[in-house]
Amino acid sequence: MTDLWDGISRAIWMVLSLDANLLEITLRSLQVTLTALVVASAIALPLAAFLSVRRFRLRRSVIALLNALMGLPPVVVGLVVYILLSRSGPLGVLGLLFTPTAMVIAQVIIIVPLIASIAHQSLRDLWAEYHDLLISMNVSQWQKITTLLWDARRALLTAALAGFGRAIGEVGAIMIVGGNIDNATRVLTTAIALETGKGDFALALGLGFVLIALAVLVNLAIHWLGRTEREGRW
Amino acid sequence: MSDMFPLTVTGAETRRRGKILVGPVDLTLAGQGSCVVIGPNGAGKTSLLRLLHGAARLSTGEITWACDVEQAHHDQSFVFQRPVMLRRSVEDNLMYPLRIRKVPKAEARDLAHHWAEKVGLRDMLKRHAPVLSGGEQQKLALARALITQPKLVFLDEPCAALDGRATREIEEILNAVRATGTRLIMTTHNMGQARRLADEVVFMRQGRVHEHASAETFFDAPASEQAQAFLNGDIVE
Ligand SMILES: Nc1ncnc2c1ncn2[C@@H]1O[C@H](COP(=O)(O)OP(=O)(O)O)[C@@H](O)[C@H]1O
Ligand SMILES: [Mg+2]
Repeated sequence: MTDLWDGISRAIWMVLSLDANLLEITLRSLQVTLTALVVASAIALPLAAFLSVRRFRLRRSVIALLNALMGLPPVVVGLVVYILLSRSGPLGVLGLLFTPTAMVIAQVIIIVPLIASIAHQSLRDLWAEYHDLLISMNVSQWQKITTLLWDARRALLTAALAGFGRAIGEVGAIMIVGGNIDNATRVLTTAIALETGKGDFALALGLGFVLIALAVLVNLAIHWLGRTEREGRW
Repeated sequence: MSDMFPLTVTGAETRRRGKILVGPVDLTLAGQGSCVVIGPNGAGKTSLLRLLHGAARLSTGEITWACDVEQAHHDQSFVFQRPVMLRRSVEDNLMYPLRIRKVPKAEARDLAHHWAEKVGLRDMLKRHAPVLSGGEQQKLALARALITQPKLVFLDEPCAALDGRATREIEEILNAVRATGTRLIMTTHNMGQARRLADEVVFMRQGRVHEHASAETFFDAPASEQAQAFLNGDIVE
């Protein structure tokens, strides 16, 4: 019991004093996940918009595939990315294994289906609402997509935040492809796993507090977005 | 002014899963004034407007404009029974059709302000359109449909959900628009409104055009028994 209390108090102190190690790991986490988020959004949002306004033959299959991919275990994603990037794998020459880039790739694969699915739901509803008007105005395909993306921007940001939440808290895949190397690929979740294993609860808890704080921030942001949506403030 | 007209409809039909929604319709519309489409619920008034506008697929028959179809579509707009509000400000809703047509932003904004003034939404330019009242939304939808200066405007029950005052305001705007030579094709189930606005009447029944006459002729001496019954307020199937 005293161990635990000692750990918690030291963890709080680490957070408050901006412990160098903790800060470095947090920043790396943010860097990897935000990069993955930008890349994933750039893929998922246009895809979702396209799926909403175009009726093509494989549309239903693509949507079903996205939903299925959403349930893909991250560890398996990690494994597949590992195989692809490993020295003998097809992309081995790039030398990306155990780099932050490999972690970004894994996270992108994990969150693209999630962001695309959530975004598609809102864009589809908005398109149902706008359909008659936009058709009546002879709006071009490109204008349809930009109109939908812009008018659903709050819902899309919510989708992106959900992706961020999933990516920042993920451990299995990035552990495999990043290797949890100190000063290179160690991020919040992998560091927590390691420090817990070593029995250093103080650092593990400190990192845990940061992770929880990020999760709470994301949820607050989603909540706030929901409110501005109803009031149409921006 | 309208080189779109006459509009000629021959044997036009819309079907959904084998069921005929409208048609066969044969109709010729010349280029002046307002045409009011009336008839019992489910007679196919909305379907006819959508068909003429090109928003519903033509299953058989033909719809020909005096100009080519693209030009005709470019010069017309549609006000839906339930106004579609873009999730934007009133100002941005008004600017939208202009921006779609690549009108420069400043010019589009000036026009938006001008039209907001005309329909009495001047103080609401910055408001979020979806939170406007029913009457305000309908006025916004009307202004947005008129801002591109179409030669033809379709209106599907533009005052269906509105009270007397809002209805009068809309009618005043419509009369002003008609006076500038814009062609109106509208539906209504308000007979008072039909009498006030119509230059010609299309009476529909069971998906077909049952009677097409000038307003005077139709309201004074309708040709068919059903039209007479409808004007008397009797139940017409
Ligand atoms: N999308 C649709 N699918 C199937 N039936 C429809 C559809 N739209 C309208 N209808 C039917 O077509 C007929 C004409 O409808 P409508 O044009 O809305 O009549 P009105 O506007 O005169 O009340 C009605 O019987 C209606 O139920
Ligand atoms: Mg109708």
